[in-house]
Amino acid sequence: MNRYPVWKYVVIVIAMLVGTLYTLPNFFGESPAVQISSAKPAFKVDSNTLARVEAALKAAGIAADVLTLEGASIKARFGNTETQLKAKDAIQKALVPEPANPGYVVALNLLSRSPAWLSSLRAVPMYLGLDLRGGVHFMLQVDMQAALTKRAESLAGDIRTSLREKNVRHGGISRNGQSIEIRFRDSAALSAARALLQDQFADLQVVDVPDGTEFKLTATIKPEAARRVQDQSLKQNITTLHNRINELGVAEPVIQQQGLDRIVVQLPGVQDTAKAKDILGRTATLEVRLVDESGEARAAEAGAAAVPLGAERYLERNGQPVIVKKQVILTGENLTDAQPGFDSQTQEAVVNLTLDAKGSRIFRDVTRENVGKRMAILLFEKGRGEVVTAPVIRSEIGGGRVQISGRMTAMEATDTALLLRAGSLAAPMEIIEEMTIGPSLGAENIAKGFNSVTWGFCAVAVFMCVYYMLFGIISSVALAVNLLLLVAMLSMLQATLTLPGMAAMALVLGMAIDANVLINERVREELRGGASPQAAIHAGYDRAWATILDSNVTTLIAGLALLAFGSGPVRGFAVVHCLGIMTSMFSGVFFSRGLVNLWYGRQKKLKSVSIGTVWRPDAGTQITSN
Amino acid sequence: MEFFKIRRDIPFMRHALVLNLVSLVTFLAAVFFLFSRGLHLSVEFTGGTLMEVSYAQPADLNSIRSSVAKLGFSDVQVQNFGTARDVLIRMPVQKGVSSALQSDRVMVALKAADASASMRRTEFVGPQVGDELAVDGLKALAFVVIGIMLYLALRFEWKFAVAAIIANLHDVIIILGFFAFFQWEFSLPVLAAVLAVLGYSVNESVVIFDRIRENFRRYRKMNTVEIIDNAITSTISRTIITHGATQLMVLSMLFFGGATLHYFALALTIGILFGIYSSVFVAAAIAMWLGIKREDLIKGGPRKEGDPNDPNAGATV
Repeated sequence: MNRYPVWKYVVIVIAMLVGTLYTLPNFFGESPAVQISSAKPAFKVDSNTLARVEAALKAAGIAADVLTLEGASIKARFGNTETQLKAKDAIQKALVPEPANPGYVVALNLLSRSPAWLSSLRAVPMYLGLDLRGGVHFMLQVDMQAALTKRAESLAGDIRTSLREKNVRHGGISRNGQSIEIRFRDSAALSAARALLQDQFADLQVVDVPDGTEFKLTATIKPEAARRVQDQSLKQNITTLHNRINELGVAEPVIQQQGLDRIVVQLPGVQDTAKAKDILGRTATLEVRLVDESGEARAAEAGAAAVPLGAERYLERNGQPVIVKKQVILTGENLTDAQPGFDSQTQEAVVNLTLDAKGSRIFRDVTRENVGKRMAILLFEKGRGEVVTAPVIRSEIGGGRVQISGRMTAMEATDTALLLRAGSLAAPMEIIEEMTIGPSLGAENIAKGFNSVTWGFCAVAVFMCVYYMLFGIISSVALAVNLLLLVAMLSMLQATLTLPGMAAMALVLGMAIDANVLINERVREELRGGASPQAAIHAGYDRAWATILDSNVTTLIAGLALLAFGSGPVRGFAVVHCLGIMTSMFSGVFFSRGLVNLWYGRQKKLKSVSIGTVWRPDAGTQITSN
Repeated sequence: MEFFKIRRDIPFMRHALVLNLVSLVTFLAAVFFLFSRGLHLSVEFTGGTLMEVSYAQPADLNSIRSSVAKLGFSDVQVQNFGTARDVLIRMPVQKGVSSALQSDRVMVALKAADASASMRRTEFVGPQVGDELAVDGLKALAFVVIGIMLYLALRFEWKFAVAAIIANLHDVIIILGFFAFFQWEFSLPVLAAVLAVLGYSVNESVVIFDRIRENFRRYRKMNTVEIIDNAITSTISRTIITHGATQLMVLSMLFFGGATLHYFALALTIGILFGIYSSVFVAAAIAMWLGIKREDLIKGGPRKEGDPNDPNAGATV
C-alpha cells in the first residue's frame, strides 16, 4: 500500500535533476567582466567587433578568461577587478576613439562564472534586484496632457494652412486647452471648413457650436487618436531615454513602460545618480540647416582647408564630415512626426516627415530656392551636434510633408525616423520615484537575506529531526528540496530576486514545513489509535492531503492578491511566495511520500516507524473512542 | 519526543465567551489606537525622500540635523538606523525643490560637514505614487478577503467562511493596532507581511474546520460543542509546532535580516501569535454561534458529494 509506481520516482528524479541543474549556476559566483554592446544602430556588434576586441586585449597584454559573442553583446570575463579595469580602458580606446560620441557601450559588469555547458542550457543565476546589487531606479511620469496640448497646437496650425490653401475665410483659429476653436463670418464658410476638416483631419471630431451671432466650430482630438498620441509619446520618450542611457555605459539597463503613462528606468551598478539624473532630464534639439557647398567648404570637408566663415563642421553618423551653414532653417519644434515608409513608385525605403504649418511654409520657401543642393538634419544633445541625414533637395516641397530618401535600407529608415522623433522628448517627464542603493548595501542585503534563510532553515531542520526522528529527517530533506526547486524556478524564470523576496523565501520555508508537520502528526495519531505502521503512514498522508491543499489555496489567494496589486518590493515578495507554495506542495507531499515509501514501503512486516514518541494515554480517551 | 500529552479533550468552547471577550477587547484597543494615533506610514505611502547615510564613526545626529536645516528643508527627521554609524534621514515632499535635487543637495551638505559620510541608499517617492500604493493595498486586502471567503464557502460552508474571515481580519487589525501604538514604521514590506499573515492564519482555521467536518462524519454521537473541542484538541499539537517552525524562521529574519526586515519580521511575529489565538479560540467559536450543524457538512449540496478533492467523500462510520 505504500509503494510508488516507477513513473512517480521517474518524475521525482527528473525534477531533482532539472532543479539541481538550474540551481547550479548560483553557486559559481560572479567575476568582473566587460560588456560591449552597440550604442547606435550603425555600429553592429558581430564577429568583426569580437576580433577587434580580441586584438585590443592582445595588444594590451591582457588575457580574458572567457570572451564570447552572445546575442548583441560581447562579454569578456576577467580574473580580478584590476585586469577588468585595464581591459575596459584598452577596449574603450580601440572601439570608441571619441568618448563624447560613442558607437559602442563599453561597460563594467559582473558575469556568472558558471561553465559554458551550463550557460548553453540557459541555466543562469537568479536575477538580483537593485536592492541586492546596488544601482539606481527611477520611475518617470510622462505628462500626457502636455503631449495632447502640443498635438492640438500643431493641428491648429495645420488647419490654418489648409483653410488658406482652399481659400476658406475664417474669423480666427485658437486653441483652448486641447480643443481648437474656429470662428467664421457666414455659414457657407463654416460648412466648407467642416467638410474640409472631416476630409483631411481624420483625428479630429468637429462640432458646431453656434455662439450668439457668430458661427463657430470646435474640433477636439478623437479618443482613439488621443490614445495613439499618448502611445507614441511614451514610445518616443522610451527611445530617447535608451539613446541617452547608452552614453552612461550601463551593462544591463532596464527601460520599460509601466501602466499607461509611466516609464521605469533601472540602472544596475550605477552610483553616480547626479549624472544619471542629468542625462535623463536632458533635452535634445533638432535643427535643419543647409549644407555649405562652396569650394572652400568642399575642401574643408576633405580636411584640406579651414572651415569657412559662417559654417560649421559636423560628423555624419558614419563618420563622414559635413560642412553646414550656421543659419538654422527649422528646429525640432516644427517637426510633428517622422515615420518610416516606402516610396510608392520606386519601392525605396524612405522617411516621411510631417511639419507643422509654420514649418511647412518656411520649408517650401527654402526648398524652392535651393533645388539641387543638400540640406542637413542635425541633432543636438548636450551641445554636441550630429548630422542625422543630409539629403539632396530634388524639388520644391510644400504642404509640410517631406520625404527623405536615398540608399537607405528599411532598417536604416526606421532608425532615422526613430532618431528624428527621439531627438527630443515628446512630452515632458517628471521623476516620481527614485531609489539609489549603494553597492556595499547590496552585498550586505544579500548576506542578511542569506543568513536569515540559512539559520532559519537549520533551526527548523534540527527541531524536526529531534522531534520526529526519521520522519523529521525526511521532512528536512523535503524542505531542502523545496528550497532547491524554488531557487531553480527563480533562476529559470529570471524573476527579480529582492530582499523582500529573500524574506519570502524564508517565510515560505517556515510555512512549507506545515505540510510535513500535518502529515507526521496525522501518522502519529493513527499509530496512537492502534493502526498498523503501514496503514498509519497511508492514512496519515491521505488524510493530511485535503487539509494541505485547502490551506495552501488560501495562502496562494493572498499571494496572488499581492502579485496583482503589489508593486516594487511587494511584487518581489509575492513572486517568491507564490512559487514557494507551489514547490512546497510537490516537495512536502509528493517527494517526502516517495522517500517514506522507499524506506518503509517494501517492508511487509513493518513493526514500528521512527517518528518519535507515539504517546498513548493509559485508558481509552475521547480521542480514540467513538 | 512529544510535547502534547493530552488525555482528554480540552473544553475550549466552555470558555468561548471569555476568550472571545479578550479578543474583542484587544480588537477594540487596536481600533482605538489606529484612530487616535494613526499609522506611522513610510515614505512609500506619504511621498517624500528617505536617505540612509553611513559614517566612519558614530554619527552626531544633531550636527546632521543642523546641516540639513541650513538647506531650508522643513520637517526633517534624523535617526539612527540599525547601528550608531548609520543614519536615516526622512524629508517630506518639499515645495519648490525638484525631487531629484533634494537628496543630492543634502548629500553635498553632509559631505561638507563630515567627509566620511557615504550614501548607502536614497529613496524618493512622489505624492501621487503614495496615494496609489495605499489604494492598491486596500484593493489587495479586499481581494484576499473575498477570495478566501469564496473558497471557504465553496469548500466548506458560508458559516465557516464568515467565521474564518472575522477571526483573521481581527488579527490584521491587531497587527495594525500594534504598529499604531508603538508608532513603528508601516512600509510596503510590512503590508506584504500583513497580507501573508492573513492567508497564513486562515490556514489555521482551515485545518481546524477540516477536522470538525471529519469529526461530524466519524463521531455520530457527539454534539457540536464536543466535536469542536475534539477537533481543536487533536490539532493543537500541529498548530503549535507549525507556528513554532514558522516563528523560528521569522526569528531568524528578526536576528539576521537587519533593520530593513525588522518591522517585516515583527509584523509576522505578532500575526503568528494572534493567528494561533484567533484560529483556536475565536474562529471555531464564531462558527459555533453561527450554528454549524452536522447536516451542513455531511449532506450538504450535491456539489460536495462530487468533490473530487475530498478523500473522505462517501466515508461513513
